[in-house]
Amino acid sequence: MTAYLIRRVLYAIPILIGVNLLTFVLFFVVNSPDNMARVHLGVKHVTPEAMAKWKRERGYDKPLVWNAAAEGVGTLSQTIFFEKSLSLFAFDFGRADDGRDIGSDIRERMWPSLAIAVPVFLIGILIEITFAMVLAFLRGTYVDLWGVVLCVILLSISSLFYIIGGQYLIGKLLNLTPISGYDTGLAAAKFIILPVVVGVVSGIGASTRLYRTIFLEEINKDYIRTARAKGLSEVRVLFHHALKNAMIPILTGVVVIIPALFLGSLILESFFGIPGLGSYTIDGIRSQDFAIVRAMVFLGSALYIVGLMLTDLSYTVVDPRVRLS
Amino acid sequence: MPFKPVLLWTDALLYLLIAVAAVTALYASRREHLRAPWRHILRHRLGMGAFVVLAVYIAVGLVDSVHFRLPLAGQRAKTDGAQTQTEYSSEVLSLLDLLVLPLKERVEKTYSAPFATHLYAKETIERPDGAQLRDFPRLRYGGAHLADPERDRAWDLASTAARALAQGTLAWGALIVLIVAWQTRRTGDPWARVWGRLLRGRTDIPWRVILLTSGALMLFGFLGAGLGMKYHVFGTDKVGSDVLYLSLKSIRTGLVIGTLTTLIMLPFAILLGIMAGYFKGWVDDVIQYVYTTLSSIPAVLLIAAAILTLQAYMALHPERFDTTAVRADARLLFLCIILGITSWTSLCRLLRGETLKLRDVEYIQAATVLGAGPTTIMIRHILPNVMHIVLITVALDFSGLVLAEAVLSYVGVGVDPSTISWGTMINSARLEMAREPMVWWSLASAFTFMFTLVLAANLFSDVVRDAFDPRLAREQPKA
Repeated sequence: MTAYLIRRVLYAIPILIGVNLLTFVLFFVVNSPDNMARVHLGVKHVTPEAMAKWKRERGYDKPLVWNAAAEGVGTLSQTIFFEKSLSLFAFDFGRADDGRDIGSDIRERMWPSLAIAVPVFLIGILIEITFAMVLAFLRGTYVDLWGVVLCVILLSISSLFYIIGGQYLIGKLLNLTPISGYDTGLAAAKFIILPVVVGVVSGIGASTRLYRTIFLEEINKDYIRTARAKGLSEVRVLFHHALKNAMIPILTGVVVIIPALFLGSLILESFFGIPGLGSYTIDGIRSQDFAIVRAMVFLGSALYIVGLMLTDLSYTVVDPRVRLS
Repeated sequence: MPFKPVLLWTDALLYLLIAVAAVTALYASRREHLRAPWRHILRHRLGMGAFVVLAVYIAVGLVDSVHFRLPLAGQRAKTDGAQTQTEYSSEVLSLLDLLVLPLKERVEKTYSAPFATHLYAKETIERPDGAQLRDFPRLRYGGAHLADPERDRAWDLASTAARALAQGTLAWGALIVLIVAWQTRRTGDPWARVWGRLLRGRTDIPWRVILLTSGALMLFGFLGAGLGMKYHVFGTDKVGSDVLYLSLKSIRTGLVIGTLTTLIMLPFAILLGIMAGYFKGWVDDVIQYVYTTLSSIPAVLLIAAAILTLQAYMALHPERFDTTAVRADARLLFLCIILGITSWTSLCRLLRGETLKLRDVEYIQAATVLGAGPTTIMIRHILPNVMHIVLITVALDFSGLVLAEAVLSYVGVGVDPSTISWGTMINSARLEMAREPMVWWSLASAFTFMFTLVLAANLFSDVVRDAFDPRLAREQPKA
């Protein structure tokens, strides 16, 4: 087990290096610091001095990968690649264009993101699995047929519609919750309800349909027929036998996103004015702040890789046939 | 020449896609084992209903993909010496623009509600006698033919709608007669029997569903055309453009993103996926490494990074993009490419897995023993046997991509702001919900058009998957 874990971590390193190199090429080679400076300072009336100052303030005035002017280790360490890209491995994200420390921003904004993403995730998966099991239990009936049709309709609706519609219906017409905003502590609860409801509803269609297919596949297997032949009730077969085995394919899709819950949801947070990492990312993109986008790309990839590892581990928990070696 | 054709990159690729589809259809129609799944689709009621809707969208999108520039008005070809020169307008038009020219040109001042005769906002109006008052001014075009809107509007709306519906019904009837006549000729049965079969839905190809769907669409079309000439059926947006026109123009953007993205990624996904599965060893390791790295980056962020880079490039090289249309098109194409890069990995993984299974199957081993090289085996023996996965993926991805466009445009890394798309419509209209009275029509129109396309695509792709997935076919031989 420990050996397996170590191997997985070692395997993750080249992938993170790849992500790092890719973002470096995208942000500093394709799009040189000169370009960045010009985009930020305005394309037309920009003096070389202003550009040099902009770059110096952000540490973009050093050579890309090889600093011939420096000595010893400095030839490698006093470069953009070392200072801006490799430092990400130490989770040192540097500063945003407005001078704020990205690392502390992320630590601070993580909590509102989690306050939305965790309830959406837990409530969502509970509802989806329940609905899917009901549909699978009633398979072949009109409830199942129309349930699937409803799922297809739900998943054909744009997520933006759920948000705007939810804000209009619950926030404006019924006046149940504030339309957007956030507060600290327990007072945040009333701001959290609406985004959570919208987040759950917008995910129901696709997931319920997927889980129903998984359940049906499981129900058609031989061991279920054996269980029925033994005289077990359909409910017991479904909950005791099918659910356990269906968890394996369901886990594949679910566990991998758990670490990424930190990042929050881009559009949910942005629409509801939640000061989480999702809206942080969007603000970064909108203000063309490359430092923020770079930090989030790296963080997102790292969390995804952690998710992949957790998926593998979770198999050993739910599926005794899987032995990690 | 009366016009100057403009071939945008996305146009060319769309034509290429149509050509590929036509060649594939021709190829498949000659082979029985390929014809069978298509026959399943052709006989599926829900599938054909969805297909009719899709076909209408595709037709609108294709008509909107023929671009040209008209000569500048009032400047007929001047002849100086031997050379004839015509000055062309810098505005790139499409065939659809010409077809719905009244919709495009009837621009009001600002918002107006659907079927409104007056503007949404109050303005200071000067009366003929010199007095001024603040009131809702009349629209320049919407209901401008009415002498007294308060009194005449309801009656005019009803009579125009009735006329349009009558025309639509006539056209629909003509279509039915055509189909029945064709079926009568083909089967040799008397027309009454053909008609009875059709009415009861007892035909091989579900003509009843096809005719009902196309009937509904035709009625909507005639209604839109009839009323759209006199009113703004879906109202107007902030700068006064007709929302119906914007919704129609968005169709092409949605289709381009949904189809070209997969077209661009297909060669890479197929080539790398099959190579990884067939060669195993270090080739497999390298390819797996590449797609794991790419798929571990959150898609939105990779797209954002790439689009930000492109924006910077475009801002610094304005000379390479001479018209707005060319610039917007370049960005659309780039968006397709980058979406393709983020989405090819799942198909590649599927193909690798399937190839791993296939390469140990007897007929592949037989081919190896008979001396076939790796290239021959991959192209002649493996590729045809994984094509169903490719087709299913393409069909399933389409609707997701159309939806993704709207979200990306909201984030600010979608299509160019000057490109008309459902995403840009929603993005520019989302703050209008807070107005009093509420401006709901742009959003409603964009969501309705998008929902119809995505729902049809989802239903159709389910049928495609059922038809092509051999595993499902074995489990349910009857369906």
